[in-house]
Amino acid sequence: MNPKIDNHWYPVAMCSGINAPRETLLLGQKITLGGQHGTFWVCNAEGTNLPVIERYGHLWTSPGQPNRDLFTIPEAEEPGRRLVDCGSIKLKCSPLRAVENFLDIAHFPFVHTDILGAEPHTEVQRYDVKIREQVDEVWATKVKFYQPQAAQSADGGITTDYMYRVAAPTVSVLYKTCPPRPGAWDVITLFVQPLTEEWCEVWPWMALYDDTTPMAELVSFQQMIFMQDRSILESQIPAKLPLDPGMEAPTQADMTSVAYRRWLKKIGYTYGAQVVAA
Amino acid sequence: MILYDYVLSASCYKVRLMAALLNIPLTLKAVNFHPEREHKSPDMLALNPKGTLPVLVDGHTVMAESTDMLRHLAELKGPDWLGEDDSYWLDVAAQLNATLGLARLHDILSFDADISQVRQDGILQLRQLEERLSEQRIDGMDFLSGATPKIGDIACFPNTALAADGGVSLDPYPAIRLWMRDIRALPGFIEMPGIHRLHELASPAEVSV
Repeated sequence: MNPKIDNHWYPVAMCSGINAPRETLLLGQKITLGGQHGTFWVCNAEGTNLPVIERYGHLWTSPGQPNRDLFTIPEAEEPGRRLVDCGSIKLKCSPLRAVENFLDIAHFPFVHTDILGAEPHTEVQRYDVKIREQVDEVWATKVKFYQPQAAQSADGGITTDYMYRVAAPTVSVLYKTCPPRPGAWDVITLFVQPLTEEWCEVWPWMALYDDTTPMAELVSFQQMIFMQDRSILESQIPAKLPLDPGMEAPTQADMTSVAYRRWLKKIGYTYGAQVVAA
Repeated sequence: MILYDYVLSASCYKVRLMAALLNIPLTLKAVNFHPEREHKSPDMLALNPKGTLPVLVDGHTVMAESTDMLRHLAELKGPDWLGEDDSYWLDVAAQLNATLGLARLHDILSFDADISQVRQDGILQLRQLEERLSEQRIDGMDFLSGATPKIGDIACFPNTALAADGGVSLDPYPAIRLWMRDIRALPGFIEMPGIHRLHELASPAEVSV
């Protein structure tokens, strides 16, 4: 038991996908979850009920005693947004590596070629990164990047504005330019369920202003993006995310990742992390 | 022609790839295979009672077998892609789908499978493929049944190239990797998540010192 790890909230299922009870793993421990008529439950291997929260399309639980509420995304609750359940994809990588990849922009032209990026537009301009002490979150703002097809609703290339937020150790939320509604942000989240230290299930979820794209196309677009990342994520060495500098030399484009690692170290979150300096 | 499609499906990709190589435009209709299981919805079952993807509709013809789709596309615009032993390689492709393809769906989308068994069966098939392609190469031929690619190559390519998604490494198979490279180099080649296009490197003359 490590309260610095156990006391966080973790996503374990998409609410609309819960029917018969099923087993899964959370932090290497077997848990069982199920539901009936819109009420959901989770219990651990000993049969003890764990706390649950149903929010943003997903069921959240904690093996410990969370001392604060699950984060909120006020923008996602604005009327008129389409809430998109994207299902899940399993990745053989550290849950922290999955979050870090989600925070990275520099790989877009090479991994999501002609979609989220394209050569020669590879430069990541300087942006702001802060650990917001009051809410204990990592935020990257004023991020700009040229994208050939930023979203399913985008028509041709645009320079996209981004904000990135790490709301919990295995949760990232990104806010990006909404092509059909200038001035508003599309919300795309990555909820990561740590199965073990080197195996995770990612539950992307979106709250978009897009009244025209069929739901199946919105879901396909996100699944395509996540599967493009998979082979990269599964071949990273070391498998666990190093929290100390040494083996991996960051560049200016990696400021968010540097802040994320520093923050994990500060709050003592070591699950899926390599803590000994290489 | 309309293709009812799922972006992560190896079988759907076979059809998208074949059409791209033959320069046949397809209208893609995304089906929410995961998580919604939309391929089992009443509308989709009315179109294809088997409840599988892909489904290709050309006028009044509805096809639910990717092998029929590859043949249909080749008959329309690429008779050179048809060969004498197509049936054999299309059958191999179906086996690869049942082994490596299932291992992949197990690992990514949590499908039920006897995972060690399907991986082991997939490895035996990869060894046979490796042997065939090595012999072909010795005889100066780059593809499964000749010097040029046939529909059988396209049918076998996706689940082979995606083997790592199901936990099976392609490291031991140099002839398979060369063959995949040849397919990726074909004019009109398109990628899918997990199968990348060949990256064009600048020629030495363009690299400034």
